[in-house]
Amino acid sequence: MDRRTTLKWVMSIAAAGPLVRAGRARARTPPPAGGGYGTDPDLSVSSRPGEPWPLTLTAAQRKLAALLSDLILPADDVSPGASAVGVVDFIDEWVSAPYSDFQRDRGVVLGGFLWLDEESRRRFDLDFSALDPASQRAICDDICDERRAGKAMRDGARFFALYRDLTAGGFYSSPVGRKDLGYAGNVPLKSFDGAPAAVLAKLGLA
Amino acid sequence: MPFVTADNQQGSYDVIVVGSGAGGGQAAYTLCMDGAKVLMLEAGRNYAATESSMFRTPDLAPLAGVATPDKPFGFYDATVDGGWTVPGEPYVRASEDDAGRFEWWRARMLGGRTNHWGRISLRNGPYDFKPRTRDGLGFDWPIGYSDLEPYYDKVELLVGVYGTNEGLENTPSSSPGCLLPPPKPIVSDYLVRERGKRLGIPVIPGHRAVLTRALDYKRIPARLHPGNARAQKILAEDMRARTPCLWATPCGYGCAVRANYQSTTVHLPPALATGNLDITTDAMVHEVTLGGDGRANGVNFIDRTTGKQRHAAARVVVLAASACETVRILLNSRSARFPDGLANSSGKVGRYLMDTVGSSVGGQIPLLESLPPLNEDAADGHQLYVPWWLYREQLAGKLGFARGYHIEFGGGKRMPGYGTAAGLAWLTGGSYGVAFKKDVRRYYGSFVWFDGRGEMIPNDRSYCELDGSVKDKWGIPVLKFHWQWSDHERGQAAHMQRTFGDLIEAMGGKTDEPVKTDGADAIAAGGSIIHEVGGAITGSDAGSSVTNAFGQTWDVRNLFVADGAVFASNADKNPTLTIMALAWRASDHILERMRRKEL
Repeated sequence: MDRRTTLKWVMSIAAAGPLVRAGRARARTPPPAGGGYGTDPDLSVSSRPGEPWPLTLTAAQRKLAALLSDLILPADDVSPGASAVGVVDFIDEWVSAPYSDFQRDRGVVLGGFLWLDEESRRRFDLDFSALDPASQRAICDDICDERRAGKAMRDGARFFALYRDLTAGGFYSSPVGRKDLGYAGNVPLKSFDGAPAAVLAKLGLA
Repeated sequence: MPFVTADNQQGSYDVIVVGSGAGGGQAAYTLCMDGAKVLMLEAGRNYAATESSMFRTPDLAPLAGVATPDKPFGFYDATVDGGWTVPGEPYVRASEDDAGRFEWWRARMLGGRTNHWGRISLRNGPYDFKPRTRDGLGFDWPIGYSDLEPYYDKVELLVGVYGTNEGLENTPSSSPGCLLPPPKPIVSDYLVRERGKRLGIPVIPGHRAVLTRALDYKRIPARLHPGNARAQKILAEDMRARTPCLWATPCGYGCAVRANYQSTTVHLPPALATGNLDITTDAMVHEVTLGGDGRANGVNFIDRTTGKQRHAAARVVVLAASACETVRILLNSRSARFPDGLANSSGKVGRYLMDTVGSSVGGQIPLLESLPPLNEDAADGHQLYVPWWLYREQLAGKLGFARGYHIEFGGGKRMPGYGTAAGLAWLTGGSYGVAFKKDVRRYYGSFVWFDGRGEMIPNDRSYCELDGSVKDKWGIPVLKFHWQWSDHERGQAAHMQRTFGDLIEAMGGKTDEPVKTDGADAIAAGGSIIHEVGGAITGSDAGSSVTNAFGQTWDVRNLFVADGAVFASNADKNPTLTIMALAWRASDHILERMRRKEL
């Protein structure tokens, strides 16, 4: 990860804000305990969620997490949906991580889950997961863009923005996500030929 | 017996080198190749680049490999036991506000920060050694470009640096045969170059310590070590063992095939092969010891494996612990003769700390959307760069700030990861569902970013000293940092923002955030670019500087500084290549004086 990406990531976390406090106060699952992977982890070990630290989401939270991830990245004719490639485990690992920035995200996510059910009951008298897809989308449509979301939807929109980033983060960092995007690198080459002439010609750069 | 514990070191060495990064690695290499017996002491653990996580993908790492406090540049970054904070090794800041903050990056490992650095290898130009003569600010160095030019050539030949000679102002050409061919550009590079031209911004091949082809092991060793058959043979064998770039996997992971420069892949293997180098890792040096004759006779260090205090002895001590750590060692070496720290009769130890002026802008370029699959791993970026180009405008007084910056930039279809589809709502209007998947495909690879890297002028308010009360876990007093930018740096940062906004606009794109017009807002925190230098600056008299033209301290003639601490200015050029060239030159000087029995 280069400096710029690091900085962007840190800033996106810092932007999380007030919902965090609400989420912390309301979330029922206790925060993760223990340390991180340390400053000298074994880089050669393939790490699965649950190995560096225990996962902490409840079965009900994981169910909602899966539902929401698949609303954000459903299966299409190119690739499967988010939950099928382990995104729920990824998000569980993320919100269970014992680092302060991740615990802040935990507050946003768990608070957001509660917000989603409250909003759903307010509008439809049902928990979010019990809604039909059209009603689920009706709520998502109101919170999918922080800039468009009104004051009443602001907490929901902040949650959704983070949750979409987390879903996409888990999905596109997976082998399935790399294939979906046609990533062609990370293979040793004898020589690097640079930009293909046809692409440069198309852009008027030949 | 190359790697030795504190218990089986030899009784005495010709030279102790403290630190194993760019300066320490180069000093050990040069000294050992010419027969000096050297003990290298490294505070961190042993490390070999074969530990590198090359080709590992984010799905195999916790949290998709993103940065955490344990690994601030991501899980796979080569840094071991390092970062902005090191457990048990605090430092103190005089100010916590944005303008006065200083961040100190350390890496506790053999090879230090050279294991993860950006490999950007630019020469200082003639102006950069005489800045005060040009504009009346800061300090001149006691040496000029011509003094260091042969050493830049040597370092480039040894480590392998790609690039071209373009003949641009204050952007020196290397001697024939020094540079390796540059890598071919990726699509976004071509676009930056073409649109940059329209704005009068020169976009030329970058210079990085990456082997774009095998080193010429038949020719280079004789050029570097004339008359020294043994050194030639050792170096030739070592050069043959280095593999050219595989055009994949980030350099910051470390390079197990030794295609790029790390002290651990380039300097230490041949130095060890001479049999003249002993290395003790986990040796935290905190004090240079003085003999009754006023000369350094060794160092005190903590053996981190036992926690015990140890001493090592040598005729000459070379400090290359990184600028601030070197300062810390000097300030902690107090005696009746030097009550304010060793080699500090000038009061200048710790003074004139500098970092690089940094500011960044990113943007999205519609022309680069929806391109076919491309392998754009290339040389891991920096195929091209922009050297500072506004010398004439600056002389004419049109810029409102002194000194310049160069531009590093990137783009392309990088390995997808956590950030690939994060924060896209400003482009997608908040899409989710199948539409979001289509958006991610469309925008993947269509982003570019520009990083300005500019010159900071040394000032009286940016320095470090020992904190009066805080100590690290071994009881060693820690540093306290003071930091202030001047209007020159803030003006530069604002100019960077404007320029990058113009470039992105000329590419037909838009910036992801509004361009910042306030330089104070645009400038990255002190230390965050990790180019900190100064603190034991070189000069031409003992009253106003700590070291002379060879990094020799004015006060103690067998004590040398061979890291960034000696920099009297911090040109926009990334400091590592210059650290190596200075360390080589200082080591040649030490060898010569030892031969003459003056040391």
